[in-house]
Amino acid sequence: MQQQNNRFFFNVDWVTILIYMALCAIGWVNIYAAIYNPDKAEGFSLMAVYGKQLLFIITGLIIGLSILLLDAKFFSIFAPIVYGITMVLLLAVLVVGRNVGGNQAWIPIGSFRLQPSEFAKFGTALLLARYISSFNPKLNTLKPILICIAIVALPMALIMLQPDAGSTLVFLSFMFPLYREGLPGYLLIIFWGMVLLFILNLYLSPATLITAIIILGALFIYNYRKKQQKMIGIGMITILAIGYLFVAKYLFNNVLQPHQRTRIELILGLKTDNRGAGYNVIQSKIAIGAGQVTGRGFLQGTQTKYGYVPEQSTDFIFSTIGEEWGFVGCLVVIGLYIFLLLRIVNIAERQRSVFSRVYGYCIACILFFHVFINIGMTIGIMPVIGIPLPFISYGGSSLWSFTILLFIFLKLDSNRMGFI
Amino acid sequence: MDQLFNRKYIIQGLFIVLALTLLGKLFYIQIASDKYFLDANNNALRKIFVYPARGVILDRNNKVLAQNQPTYDLMVTPNQVKPFDTLSLCNIIGITMEDFRKKFHKAEVQSKYQASVFQKLLSVETYATLQERMYNYKGFYVQKRTIRYYPDSIGGQLLGYIREVNQREIEKHEGYYKPGDYIGKSGLEKQYEADLRGKKGVINMLYNAHNVPQGSYADGKFDSLAIAGDQLTTTIDIDLQKLGEQLLANKLGSIVAIEPATGEVLAFVSSPGYDPNKMVGRETGNNYMKIWSDPYKPFFIRPLKGRYSPGSAFKPLDALIALQDGVVDEFTTINCPGYYIAGNRRFRCDHANGDGNIAVRKSIARSCNVYFYNIFARMMLKKGGKNQHKAYEEWQEKVRKFGIGDTLGIDFPGESAYKLFRAEDYTKRYSKYWGYTTILSVAIGQGEISTTPLQMANIMAIIANRGYYVKPHLVKGVGNNKSIDSKYTEKHYVGVDPIHFEPVIDGMEDAVNTSWGTATESRLSNILMCGKTGTVQNNHGKNHSVFIGFAPRDNPKIAIAVIVENGGYGGAYAAPIASYLTEKYLTDSLKGRKINGSTIEMYKAANLLPVLKDKTPKPKAKIDTLNQADKLKKTLPTQNKVAQNDFNKVATEPKKHATAEQ
Repeated sequence: MQQQNNRFFFNVDWVTILIYMALCAIGWVNIYAAIYNPDKAEGFSLMAVYGKQLLFIITGLIIGLSILLLDAKFFSIFAPIVYGITMVLLLAVLVVGRNVGGNQAWIPIGSFRLQPSEFAKFGTALLLARYISSFNPKLNTLKPILICIAIVALPMALIMLQPDAGSTLVFLSFMFPLYREGLPGYLLIIFWGMVLLFILNLYLSPATLITAIIILGALFIYNYRKKQQKMIGIGMITILAIGYLFVAKYLFNNVLQPHQRTRIELILGLKTDNRGAGYNVIQSKIAIGAGQVTGRGFLQGTQTKYGYVPEQSTDFIFSTIGEEWGFVGCLVVIGLYIFLLLRIVNIAERQRSVFSRVYGYCIACILFFHVFINIGMTIGIMPVIGIPLPFISYGGSSLWSFTILLFIFLKLDSNRMGFI
Repeated sequence: MDQLFNRKYIIQGLFIVLALTLLGKLFYIQIASDKYFLDANNNALRKIFVYPARGVILDRNNKVLAQNQPTYDLMVTPNQVKPFDTLSLCNIIGITMEDFRKKFHKAEVQSKYQASVFQKLLSVETYATLQERMYNYKGFYVQKRTIRYYPDSIGGQLLGYIREVNQREIEKHEGYYKPGDYIGKSGLEKQYEADLRGKKGVINMLYNAHNVPQGSYADGKFDSLAIAGDQLTTTIDIDLQKLGEQLLANKLGSIVAIEPATGEVLAFVSSPGYDPNKMVGRETGNNYMKIWSDPYKPFFIRPLKGRYSPGSAFKPLDALIALQDGVVDEFTTINCPGYYIAGNRRFRCDHANGDGNIAVRKSIARSCNVYFYNIFARMMLKKGGKNQHKAYEEWQEKVRKFGIGDTLGIDFPGESAYKLFRAEDYTKRYSKYWGYTTILSVAIGQGEISTTPLQMANIMAIIANRGYYVKPHLVKGVGNNKSIDSKYTEKHYVGVDPIHFEPVIDGMEDAVNTSWGTATESRLSNILMCGKTGTVQNNHGKNHSVFIGFAPRDNPKIAIAVIVENGGYGGAYAAPIASYLTEKYLTDSLKGRKINGSTIEMYKAANLLPVLKDKTPKPKAKIDTLNQADKLKKTLPTQNKVAQNDFNKVATEPKKHATAEQ
């Protein structure tokens, strides 16, 4: 028993835990500032938002430590079951869920609300890791790719029914772990090419875009005029690209929710709207810009204090950091995240077990996707899709799910010498 | 390691590149650009101005000319308005539902989130009623401010008016004024704007996203209190001013009275005037348009914009220069045969049989043109016939010293400077072929010489002071310590020795106090008033009646110039008005004298306004008497072409007794 404890403490990556705790503390301080009301400066209260967040942080730590005490094999073995449970929860939320702000994303449990989509992330990550580690599939062949896509697409589809586009898009980050495990790079290029075309499609008229694609295709065909096979391939791609334009247009106009359309149009500069959907972003940019180099100081941000930025303790918490701590504060926070992510990737690479490595990449990419999109939307370079900033945004579900994600990985790492 | 290991670096590289993108954008909005920082301040920080009371304007005896009274503006912040009983509000403030909708729409267009004026200038009674029910009207509140009130309704043009600033003024006074602020637009209100306005107080108020004030920024460290405007003690005598305005009622003209020793202006009357209270309150806009479109131009400030040939009123000045020059002395007599021959031209004197041999004293009392033609000729020829241009140049320099040909520099906006010809100006007009005969009419104050009533009064102050003047001014003290610009205490000497004034003053004394004078009827029983009448020809209608004078003869207390347009002879209207005013000022009472057989009430009631010929009448602001001197005719006022209304028939009554002159 004594020996096992020692091993446990020696093997856990304490640096990662310290960064985790630092981010939680930064989050708590800024949530306090975000909801601070100079008119009602009362004593500490557990019923206030910052009080609840403190409870979430403490329970999160308890959950994390509990995970560290579990057997590492547990996660690999029970991965399909965890995945199954989260899928059931995603189904359940569609039936018994509470509709908040247009999204049927919450299951009320007493005074607490559970957000299954947050937990679906690690369920999916576990199953993906389990699939790849167990079957060692060749990811440049069709069948394994389709299986992986299916594993990721199921939660995406269920979350899209809520409908919560932001959380759905998070699952796109799973393509990077798959890339690491052998998914051909051209598939990623094709995918992001399609995203690029989708965006260009909104900017440019169809005629211009089609002409451009045909010219590009013709140039490539001319280049490969000696190789008939490639010429045919390029011709096919050109035709598909043109067809895709129309599909994309249809998707944009008929599948996306109006507010999502507006947000995309705002972010692409196709629309300006200072009072509607664009208001959040403008106010958030003003708050961050007002911070200048060193910020206005704790509780001194007027944008923050007087409630100019909506949803400031949750999705727009970064604007509080920007205003009260300035560029220096932003640099520290982004630096901590990047340090954490690079460390997770390095740890993942030192794993003997494929399961641990794939899982490590999964959480790194999920975390990065959240960080980049969330901060990007507060400074107006990403559409506002309403996903939280890991460990910092207010909210029990997201904090716990990120904690679980991270601590499972730490547990796997602490056990890297053993066999799963 | 498998070759896929390298993909680690691609993924890590992607993390770093995208994180740097975020930092780049953050660097731009936080450090490189000021825009967001300023926006944040605009969002949350607003300056609330506290308006100080405007300085009170007093007369020379600390009686109130202009003061403040409280008024109440109903303000509205559209986004805070909750549904309420609009009809009850409309009834209280006395507007229709239609008005209400219009005003509310206007407020919404201006700003939904900031308060704007909904209804201006509520009475105290309305305010009291409204205040009781204010809780019913969410989003509305009442703002107190002060407006001007003029207890005696006098001195409209003198005091000027205040109105909202326009864009040009906002730009000119970099930063002090905001749209909706008030500024002095004319008169003393404009001249002393910086003293009267006081200093706005500022509260740096923080607002939250719902536009609810959150208290003062930095606990009020950068706030300031409003400082009330300085009071203005004017030189005006309120009783004299009031009497002057009454006497000029229904007439075009002006009165300027100056205390000679100090240059303090005692009365500053411009007629027609307007009630200054008309320029205050809700009807300001309408009243302004009415006054503005009045064909007699009440906004025209005659005392210092009116252009008049001084006419005979110029003669004392002419005599003084001649005496100082030594071309004549006090006893030099000149024969007046009833005409004056210069070269091959014959200038007639108005007195048909001539005045005989007269010296300076009688020439002034009789206003003999021939005497003045003679002394002018002597002055021009004293250096010989070839040097006339040089002699004229010297002469006009001496005239200039009396404050003619330029502004006097009174502390009032818009003083006009009318040109006095220099030798070169005549050369420009006539090339070199001109001599004293060409310009002889200036000898009797006609021709290329124009003055304002203020300048005429100032000439009288110079004669009363025997040789100097202090720049006329309207304010003798600003604020509690009564500071005043030192330029209004300096004496300006005119270069004529005191000894030469006595014969001239003798003549002016005779003009009023002897049977052969031109203003005998206007004499005062126990005060020795000295004066000079003038009858100024006017192309557009009846002659203008002019009187300039001072009293008492020794240690004078008042110098005065009165011009009544279309009033006929100087003795008919101007001299009696000056006489009444002098009596009032020096004895503080009016004994009910009749002058020219008329009581003071009849003078007040007399209507001399010219009949308007058509829809676009030209007010008689500018009087053109150029080149009329040689054709002066003794025309009876009643034969004049213009004034034929009933009022004028009544008004001509006093003239039967007026002494003929000129």
